[in-house]
Amino acid sequence: MKKDLLSIDDLSTDEILLVLDTAEAMREIGQRPIKKVPTLRGKTIVNLFYEPSTRTRTSFEIAEKRLSADTLNIAVAASSVLKGETLVDTAMNIEAMAPDMIVLRHAASGAGHLLSRICRSRIINAGDGMHEHPTQALLDAFTIREHKKRIEGLKVTIVGDLLHSRVLRSNVLLLTRLGAEVWVSGPPTFVPVGIERFGVRVSPRVDEAVAGADVIMMLRIQQERLHGAFIPSLREYFTTFGMTRERVARARPDVIIMHPGPMNRGVEIASDVADGPYSVILEQVANGVAVRMAVLYLLAGGAEAD
Amino acid sequence: MPVVLDADRISRSLTRIAHEIVERNRGVDDLALVGIRTRGVPLARRLARLLREISHHEVPTGALDITLYRDDLMRTAVGAQPLIRRTEIPFSIDEQRILLVDDVLYTGRTIRAALDALIEFGRPKVIQLVVLVDRGHRELPIKADYVGKNVPTSLAQSVQVHLTEIDGRDEVEIQEP
Repeated sequence: MKKDLLSIDDLSTDEILLVLDTAEAMREIGQRPIKKVPTLRGKTIVNLFYEPSTRTRTSFEIAEKRLSADTLNIAVAASSVLKGETLVDTAMNIEAMAPDMIVLRHAASGAGHLLSRICRSRIINAGDGMHEHPTQALLDAFTIREHKKRIEGLKVTIVGDLLHSRVLRSNVLLLTRLGAEVWVSGPPTFVPVGIERFGVRVSPRVDEAVAGADVIMMLRIQQERLHGAFIPSLREYFTTFGMTRERVARARPDVIIMHPGPMNRGVEIASDVADGPYSVILEQVANGVAVRMAVLYLLAGGAEAD
Repeated sequence: MPVVLDADRISRSLTRIAHEIVERNRGVDDLALVGIRTRGVPLARRLARLLREISHHEVPTGALDITLYRDDLMRTAVGAQPLIRRTEIPFSIDEQRILLVDDVLYTGRTIRAALDALIEFGRPKVIQLVVLVDRGHRELPIKADYVGKNVPTSLAQSVQVHLTEIDGRDEVEIQEP
């Protein structure tokens, strides 16, 4: 493994499969009466979150605690950042206290890469702006593999705000690498220019994109990032792109519906689909802990010499 | 490479151990087998089969991966992490008589890790240790309750256990450096 996990591209295909296999073993720990192993005893992990997060931060923290690491959370809302400290200064100060890893969530794309250059601690990207969210893609792949027993050859359709989505970018890199046929769909304003170069099929018609899909992944409409007229209205978006039972019926009968959360019910996904029999949304959350335990464990070993 | 146990000897050793287990525990009540990955697991399964033939009772059997409990993890700054495999103990070990099964007993560090791991699953009444080969050179105060064969070795030698389920043949041999 490289020193840091900033992008899916930091992992070789073998390493991706190693993370998924290790996560299988880690999941069992969460089913024990005592959900803890001593593996990362004495390691300090700082969760540095510059954006609000419930799922990812909780998931990392549970994973860290199950591996017996010492963890501390820095929520920026209650820190010196509000007094004007820059990311680099904050990171250098944390670094001076010699943590072993920093889990970083930041609104700026590439924030992890910046820290990676100045920190000896290992950096795990827990979402950087519109760039990547690698552990989310790993847990999505884990969930898909669990249901479908494979990833190669599956039709995976990703619908929604493709432009602002770090979940999309990490998933496209990972799923195409493992041989899935990835389709994306969304309003033209949400389709990044040149996205075909990632090896995905683009369709502006969601009904075509979901036809025969093995997996449908919905992306959140990120209202905090929509500074401009991307869509006419949320109602219209739901009518044109929202995942309804009628649209799900076009996919394969054993389709699974995924969503990285938090969901906007009635915007990108209908409530009866989100809570319906095809939905694996809560399994994704459960699997997130096991996958993050695997990543933390594998990164805690020796770095490969570059 | 000298073969110290062939297929026949392995099979007879396990049969003898199964009888010793029944004798010492006065039957198979409350017994459960836990094999240490990798080669303790097929050995535990074989003992379960032998115990069933002797007693006509099923003995629950599980698999334990001790990697996360190793005392040498995280001590070196280079190299990849050891592979983790699944622990599967699909029964309660509380108040059970646990037979911990491994192929080779050497320094005792694997068994130390296994005891730590096992205790997290509950509080067994007793834990007994079964090994196919005891090669000596203990670094911890640990002793086996049932031994297939004591094989005196030098520190430079290594003991290779091959089992049909994993390696396609049953054989224990000593490798010279």
